Amino acid sequence: MEKRVIAGALALTIVAVFFAFSIFLLHPFGDPGEVQMDDHIIVNTQNETGTNNGVTSIVFDYRGFDTLGEATILFSAVAGVIMIFRRVKE
Amino acid sequence: MTEMTKIVKTLANILFPFTVIFGLYIIAHGHLTPGGGFQGGAVVASGCALLLVAYGSRWVFTRIKEKRLAAFESIGAIAFITVALLGIVFSMMFFGNFLAGSNLLFGTTPATGSTLADFNTGGVLPLMNFAVGVKVIAGLFVIVLIMAYASSAKEWGS
Repeated sequence: MEKRVIAGALALTIVAVFFAFSIFLLHPFGDPGEVQMDDHIIVNTQNETGTNNGVTSIVFDYRGFDTLGEATILFSAVAGVIMIFRRVKE
Repeated sequence: MTEMTKIVKTLANILFPFTVIFGLYIIAHGHLTPGGGFQGGAVVASGCALLLVAYGSRWVFTRIKEKRLAAFESIGAIAFITVALLGIVFSMMFFGNFLAGSNLLFGTTPATGSTLADFNTGGVLPLMNFAVGVKVIAGLFVIVLIMAYASSAKEWGS
């Protein structure tokens, strides 16, 4: 029990320190910083992907791998649910 | 999950077609309006969950099997991967948009700036939306269905 408490406190401290450092690395409010990729997508999305919906063009075209991972997560979730709630013959 | 009263059933009868049509509209117009395959599929799956709540899990289980739904989910995943792999063949890039600007299916390029929505645009985005939509409908509905079955297996005594 003691070891678990100490390990938990240690993990919490490490995470809190990382969060505290990341606070000072944030951009100032209203200033997004480097926006070259955003500008490229906003200007060229209609010519490159031929769609009016910029969000869908990012999700399925520019960031297609992200959607592939999302679909994989859904697939593994369904497989896990089917496995856990399978019918067991007694 | 046992079936509910006639009031709930009547309301479900009225609401179910509208829910399904709205979800399919979100999937089909994913490249024009907010939403897409995931969101529309979740709407359709919630309509199916409404049917499950109103009519009970035994009524649903006599009409649809979870194995077929799982097969539909796999079909959606395979279609998604296939469209992504066709990008390698036709445009030398995984997830390449080989239909955009080709004047084939969904191949029209809209004019730059704010234009009226044209359904025949988007390249492979509508195809991927359809594939992901089928996948999400089947996937979420099979999750709800299996859980309903597991929660009511003791009541049936089987």
